[in-house]
Amino acid sequence: MKLSTNFVKDYVDIDVDVKTLAEDMTKVGNEYEEAGKLLNVTKLVVGEVKTCEMHPDSDHLHICTVDVGNEILNIVCGAPNVRAGLKVIVALDGAQLPGGVIKKGMIRGQESNGMLCSIAELGLESKFLEEADRAGIHELPADAPVGEEAVSYMKMDDEVIDFELTANRGDLLSILGMANEIAAIYDKKVKEIDLLHKENSEDINDNFKVEVNTNNCSIFLAKKVKNIKIEESPDFIRNRLIASGIRPINNVVDISNYVMLETGQPLHFYDSDKLQGKLEVRMANDKETLTTLDGIERTLKSEDIVISDGKRAIGLAGVMGGLDTEITENTKNIVIESAIFDPVKIRMTSKEILRSEASSRFEKGLDPNRTYMAIERACHMLEKYAQGEVTGGICKYDTTDLSNKEIEITFENINRILGMKIETKDILDVFRRLGFTYTQKGEETVVVSVPKRRGDITIKEDLIEEVGRIYGVDNIIGRLPMISPKEGSYDKTTRAIRNKMIDLGLNETLSYILVNDKEAKMFTKDDTELVSLLDPMTEDRNTLRHSILPSLIKIYEYNKARSVKDVSIFEIGKAFYKKAEEYGEHTKIAVLMTGEYYLGIENKKQVDFYVIKGIAEELLDYLGYGGRYSFVVDSEKMSEDMHPGQTAQISVNNDIVGMIGRVHPKLLKENVYVMEIDLDKLLDKKVGKMKYKEVSKYPSIKKDLSLVVDKTVTAKEIEMNIKKAGGSLLTKIQVYDLYKGTGIPEDKKSLTYALTFEKADRTLTDEEINSTMEKIIDFVQKKIGAELRK
Amino acid sequence: MKEQIERIRNLALEEISKASGRKELDDARVKYLGKKGELTAVLRGMGALSPEERPVIGSLVNVVKEELETLIEQKEEEYDEQELNRKLKEETIDITLPSTKVKRGSKHPLNRVIEEVEDLFVSMGYDVVTGPELETDEYCFERLNLPKGHPARDMQDSFYITSEYLLRTQTSAVQARTMMANEEKGPIRVICPGKTYRRDDDATHSHQFAQVEGLVIDKNVSLADLKGTLEVFVKKMLGENLELRFRPSYFPFTEPSYEVDVTCFKCGGKGCNLCKQTGWIELLGSGIVHPNVLKMNGYDPEKYSGFAFGTGLDRLAMFKYGITDIRLLYQNDVRFLNQFDRADR
Repeated sequence: MKLSTNFVKDYVDIDVDVKTLAEDMTKVGNEYEEAGKLLNVTKLVVGEVKTCEMHPDSDHLHICTVDVGNEILNIVCGAPNVRAGLKVIVALDGAQLPGGVIKKGMIRGQESNGMLCSIAELGLESKFLEEADRAGIHELPADAPVGEEAVSYMKMDDEVIDFELTANRGDLLSILGMANEIAAIYDKKVKEIDLLHKENSEDINDNFKVEVNTNNCSIFLAKKVKNIKIEESPDFIRNRLIASGIRPINNVVDISNYVMLETGQPLHFYDSDKLQGKLEVRMANDKETLTTLDGIERTLKSEDIVISDGKRAIGLAGVMGGLDTEITENTKNIVIESAIFDPVKIRMTSKEILRSEASSRFEKGLDPNRTYMAIERACHMLEKYAQGEVTGGICKYDTTDLSNKEIEITFENINRILGMKIETKDILDVFRRLGFTYTQKGEETVVVSVPKRRGDITIKEDLIEEVGRIYGVDNIIGRLPMISPKEGSYDKTTRAIRNKMIDLGLNETLSYILVNDKEAKMFTKDDTELVSLLDPMTEDRNTLRHSILPSLIKIYEYNKARSVKDVSIFEIGKAFYKKAEEYGEHTKIAVLMTGEYYLGIENKKQVDFYVIKGIAEELLDYLGYGGRYSFVVDSEKMSEDMHPGQTAQISVNNDIVGMIGRVHPKLLKENVYVMEIDLDKLLDKKVGKMKYKEVSKYPSIKKDLSLVVDKTVTAKEIEMNIKKAGGSLLTKIQVYDLYKGTGIPEDKKSLTYALTFEKADRTLTDEEINSTMEKIIDFVQKKIGAELRK
Repeated sequence: MKEQIERIRNLALEEISKASGRKELDDARVKYLGKKGELTAVLRGMGALSPEERPVIGSLVNVVKEELETLIEQKEEEYDEQELNRKLKEETIDITLPSTKVKRGSKHPLNRVIEEVEDLFVSMGYDVVTGPELETDEYCFERLNLPKGHPARDMQDSFYITSEYLLRTQTSAVQARTMMANEEKGPIRVICPGKTYRRDDDATHSHQFAQVEGLVIDKNVSLADLKGTLEVFVKKMLGENLELRFRPSYFPFTEPSYEVDVTCFKCGGKGCNLCKQTGWIELLGSGIVHPNVLKMNGYDPEKYSGFAFGTGLDRLAMFKYGITDIRLLYQNDVRFLNQFDRADR
């Protein structure tokens, strides 16, 4: 909302400069974006061109002598319309214009001591420029007083504040609303608006009818004004519209906009001679068409409110008028519509068609008192500035309640919520300044009568806000809540996991959860459905991810494109699903590793399956699942996006919680390894408290065991068998070598184990160990055909 | 005999002082003090002496023995010292050669800031709570006094999945969840950091971003409490010397509502391009919980009052680490991520 300060000064006295006003308004909740002069110019005066000759060295420049009141200046001017006798705007030496500073100088050998200006050069937005303004310098009226300050002569010495208002303060979309607000801040009186006009002896109701056939219109008023004369508006109207961001058209159209700006009530003017003696408000029929003012044919829906002449739609209520009944240069008689339409319906329609000055006001809700005020004010203006003759009477449909809202509140309540002690008289003073009347009920209670214009105030808390606003929130001293102390809590496990992954040398990432529908279910295989957006911004982000891995793959590719080849990253985040019409989300952790990885100190290794397996084990062990997990291969559950020979599911307590493996080479030809675990599922599995286990006081004994087995026998099988045969004495089994090649048959492999034997209460004897070793060797030979390597 | 001892002593002293290493010293020890050494031989030959002479010679031999032993030990220490110094010199390395790296990973800057905010509020007794990102219209809007068709819904263009489900546009959704989950309808003190989503994408906006929401409900919670709490929050996170400005505003779920501006942290309030010459940066939305919100979620507004606040965390992280483009936070360039591997101090 652009506020013309000249305009608002009609209704309230302002003693501060525009910047202070803007700041003070901001302090009470009306934030401003910009505040300053409408035209940011200096040293412009009215001049008269005395002589005008062609420049000897130019085919378009003129050498002029210009009377600026106290002297005659030589000025070179290139405008085609410059001529002797013309009254012009002269920028004197040192004048500041948006385009720069004007300085004395020589133009093609001729002295020039200023500049004759066009309107465009004063910095007016181009939408306000007319054809003549673009073609040449501005021509002032013949009676313009030479030497006078030009901007104030043109009544364009306005100052404008551009406010960004909050959604609840629709009342401030009007000069009167602004005047009330300013009056409250500076404790001023708001002046009465002039509605006076004569009316002829006819009654509009004799030959005009208003019918409302929808409950989406609460009030509809119509008045008729005859014999208007269409011409250009007076300067003050034009300039105030310009300052408010509205383009002047002609006096009649301008008056409808002017009154809307003043009162906040949008009006619509119809050419009365193009109506059939009737206006009807109704809902549009589906597929009904209407050509709006802008010449576009609109197809309407049954949710749109329309104005009809009884036969067909002639206007889109509250949004835009129709082309057929618009005011033209030939219009003589007009019908004024002042009405209130349902805010939600208007918002829906304007969202589809056009956001206009009118619709933005209807959307916020209006004061029906203003509906009456605006139509009377329009009559006053049309009589005064368009020579109109107002027909007596008014067509009226009104279901509104015009009375004030009464709210009862205690002073204690106000102080309790604001957290301070404001004197009763100071609280009452705030209400008075806001223009609210009140009745005190005893010492503690007050009943405040809130005028209809403040539709945003409906409950006690709204009044508390008003007190805080006008009394000044700066006066409230901050303190910490006086509530009982307790220990705060947070999710320690997620942090522990994050820190563990970082300790393992991985970089944490944060990626978008929106991916495209092809990626969303990658790396997963289950019976869930995609979760898609109804209205995505781009096709590339139209679906919620079901796995974090597609996001990590993108990060990998982003880095690869920048020659970063060693990528070890992880992310903890949400993954989404739809199942049987139910939506849900899981917290997952995903890891992606490729290139070189540091294993502890100065020990780099190309990432392979076993590195990422190590990461998985490290995490599971850290979380206390040691001994409860295993890596299994279940091709039924394996995603097609994974390498079928280098992928495993992670099973904890015989329940699959995630997977590790290599990304399928058809997706990425490089060796990229990934892991993903459903943390919700994993952490659901309870873990006992960390407990100390006694360390054996007796020495442990290590024995090596090299076995040759069929290639197809897994390390897991061998280990399980060794463990079974080794019994309780065998406390640790470690593979430390895998060998294939010379000395070992083609279809065999050799694995070497370090076995640790220990007993908590005594030293083991050689015999015990040797017999256990024999038992183990016998057992594995029987069970899996393992031979001792010679 | 005395002469003989004196002669041995002199010879020994000469040999010891000439010795050039431990080996020669050992040899000298054996030669003079060993079992078959010369001085030992003198002692052995004392049988031939008269009883009067015996103690005299005996003690003389012992004196000389002690003298030689002390000297040998002294010499040995000297040699050891020399030897050590030689060795140390030999072992001297070039300390300017590169170190042995232990690679650490890094925490994402946004999560670093989230943890910092969590720690601050946990220290003041707040619980950190979470809620779904795929939220229902009911919790995201309706229970926050934003019925369907409310104009304020336009302020946050949402990603809807169905007419009922959407990606949450604000962490405020967790306000309603927390109140509903509190069965005895008792006091609440929570913050909720998390991801939020809006249809918006440019240099300063990301369609995915992070917010933190705070909610305190108790008897007699006031605007002054909100002010004090946010002063602590902003000053701890951004700097003790910053000032806060509470500007009345409008949010459907609070009444009264305030936007909180903070002294521009780039220019210190003088006016710059970051603060659009105003000297202030709009940082938080806040207010006293709207009685409708309390009522809708089972709290009696006559008994309880509360405050709520919310702020974007991306900008906080950007300010803290001097990140100029929000997109950097979500690009995950490893060279960017690697920089966040040290302690915040």
